Amino acid sequence: MSGVTLKNTIKKYGDIQVVHGIDLEVEHGEFCVFVGPSGCGKSTLLRMIAGLEETTAGQINIGARDVTRLDPSDRGVAMVFQTYALYPHMTVQDNMGFGLKMNGHPKAEIAAKVAEASRILKLDEYLSRKPAALSGGQRQRVSIGRAIVRGPEVFLFDEPLSNLDAELRVEMRVEIARLHKEIGATMIYVTHDQVEAMTLADKIVVLRKGVIEQVGAPMDLYRDPDNKFVAGFIGSPAMNFMAGEIANGTVAVPGMKAHFDLGVTSHSGPVTVGMRAEHLVVDADGDTHTVDLTESLGGVSYVYLLGDTGERIVIEERGDQRSRLGDRVGITIDANRVYLFDAKTEARIRT
Amino acid sequence: MADTGMLNAAAAVTQPLRGTLAAGPRGPKPKNKFSRSNIIIYGTLFVVALYYALPLYVMIVTSLKGLPEIRMGNIFAPPLEVTFQPWVKAWQEACTGINCDGLSRGFWNSVRILIPSVILSVAIASVNGYALSMWKFKGSEVFFTILMIGAFIPYQVMLYPIVILLREAGLYGSLTGLVLVHVAFGMPINTLLFRNYFASIPEELFKAARVDGAGFWAIFFKIILPMSLPICVVALIIQVTGIWNDFLFGVTYISSPDRYPMTVQLNNIVNSVQGVKEYNVNMAATLLTGLVPLVIYFASGKLFVRGIAAGAVKG
Repeated sequence: MSGVTLKNTIKKYGDIQVVHGIDLEVEHGEFCVFVGPSGCGKSTLLRMIAGLEETTAGQINIGARDVTRLDPSDRGVAMVFQTYALYPHMTVQDNMGFGLKMNGHPKAEIAAKVAEASRILKLDEYLSRKPAALSGGQRQRVSIGRAIVRGPEVFLFDEPLSNLDAELRVEMRVEIARLHKEIGATMIYVTHDQVEAMTLADKIVVLRKGVIEQVGAPMDLYRDPDNKFVAGFIGSPAMNFMAGEIANGTVAVPGMKAHFDLGVTSHSGPVTVGMRAEHLVVDADGDTHTVDLTESLGGVSYVYLLGDTGERIVIEERGDQRSRLGDRVGITIDANRVYLFDAKTEARIRT
Repeated sequence: MADTGMLNAAAAVTQPLRGTLAAGPRGPKPKNKFSRSNIIIYGTLFVVALYYALPLYVMIVTSLKGLPEIRMGNIFAPPLEVTFQPWVKAWQEACTGINCDGLSRGFWNSVRILIPSVILSVAIASVNGYALSMWKFKGSEVFFTILMIGAFIPYQVMLYPIVILLREAGLYGSLTGLVLVHVAFGMPINTLLFRNYFASIPEELFKAARVDGAGFWAIFFKIILPMSLPICVVALIIQVTGIWNDFLFGVTYISSPDRYPMTVQLNNIVNSVQGVKEYNVNMAATLLTGLVPLVIYFASGKLFVRGIAAGAVKG
């Protein structure tokens, strides 16, 4: 078994603490994605698991072993880098076999494993080329191949798709998902792209400023975010937020000229009201918003509204009737689809 | 037609937007080959080239003449009768003090100093630079700064202390002592050279190698060195020319004329006050001494391989 367990892990650079006591459990065979805005500590955390950054305090276990102070090569991990990090003077074959060669495996075994990896990644015809003669997508495949050949307990991916163009990114995303299914090893994947996180992950870890905001399955985070940050980060387009006020269990939203009787008894006073674009409906009879911009993607349109209170809203529209630029409209929503967040702490107020 | 460019340029000044949108030819008019500025440029270059090439020409020509012909005084004239006797004499017969076996002795002394000095200094400096750029330890920056300060201390200040050091170590006057001095003095600049070059190698390569299980030496020999041919050649050139052309250390730390390097011996031949001044032999001796750096320059030009790191990372 080779899950990864972090216990109160802390990282400091000098006096500046960047990772604040992370506790996390990644199960064996799980695809876990660290996601968050840049500077949130997700790559640092990954490098700490890899052993490339020293862990200031706390403990990291891979399987049952405590690897906190072990050398990267002794941890049973393989890493795929954003910039591929292929050895430029070696052929694809030598690149992939380097790890095994360093650990003194016999030549025949290395050749067999390289052949196996190249079959999985369809790299057979490139084996004797050097990295300079490969395209970006091929280079990243070699880099993944190098990780596979080592047969690690845990795969670590550090934003592996960020350097690829949009089309290739989608293709490689599918390939990584397929790879996970085929190999079944534990994988930890860092990205700032919430689409990659949503599509690949068994478990998403949302990080901000070195702290875990929420951990859960993609759809759980989407449907049931713990706070405003997670609600805004997961999902595209981002969740809409409007100012509201709770009085006597009823939420008043001035920007919509609407009241939602949610029976909130625990809170009163100002709140932030969150609504997803696909749950909002344009009400042609209303008169609270002006259509500022529309983006038609064919099947759906995104309507950007400017409220009279100055709040901006994005609504997803389907069907034949679509809003047009400059229309005066109102918006409505099913009360069950409304999320409430404390205006100060940004924590979710569950009803 | 030539006016179009001018018109567009004028339009660009008054109406920037329309100027950029106009699709006509733009920029200054092409100049013809024999324009005044070309004549000035190539003329200047020619004069400067002549200025540097002329002494070399005089040396070569003089070294191929016999003494009677030199006494005629036409130093720019090509030799009437080409003779290689001065070269032979400079190599194996010229006298310095009591030794009359020519420059060959100095040449072999210099070779015996050069080869170990260059190999040792490049080897040590490359490992230094590697450790300082990739395996930063506590105090590595301080260490590097101290090394750099070493590069700025004038040699004159250190001459005598080193004499004492070598004497105490029992190496004063020996070739080994001189080799050690050359290695030490080559260290700051070469370490800086390697450190900066290694710092430009993407950090991920180093990290990937560590995850792959390579240690300090394995990363150095299997990953870093194969990518470092260009900088090794640069260090080689700097060290070979520097050590071969050295005069000061050679004359200071070698006690016996038997072990003088070529440069010191050349000086002794040329400045010898006994007998007739043999200009042709002097010229030949000087050319012989300068041959090694020249060969290195010409031979190593091809070794400057660029773009070795291309394709390592994104691009």
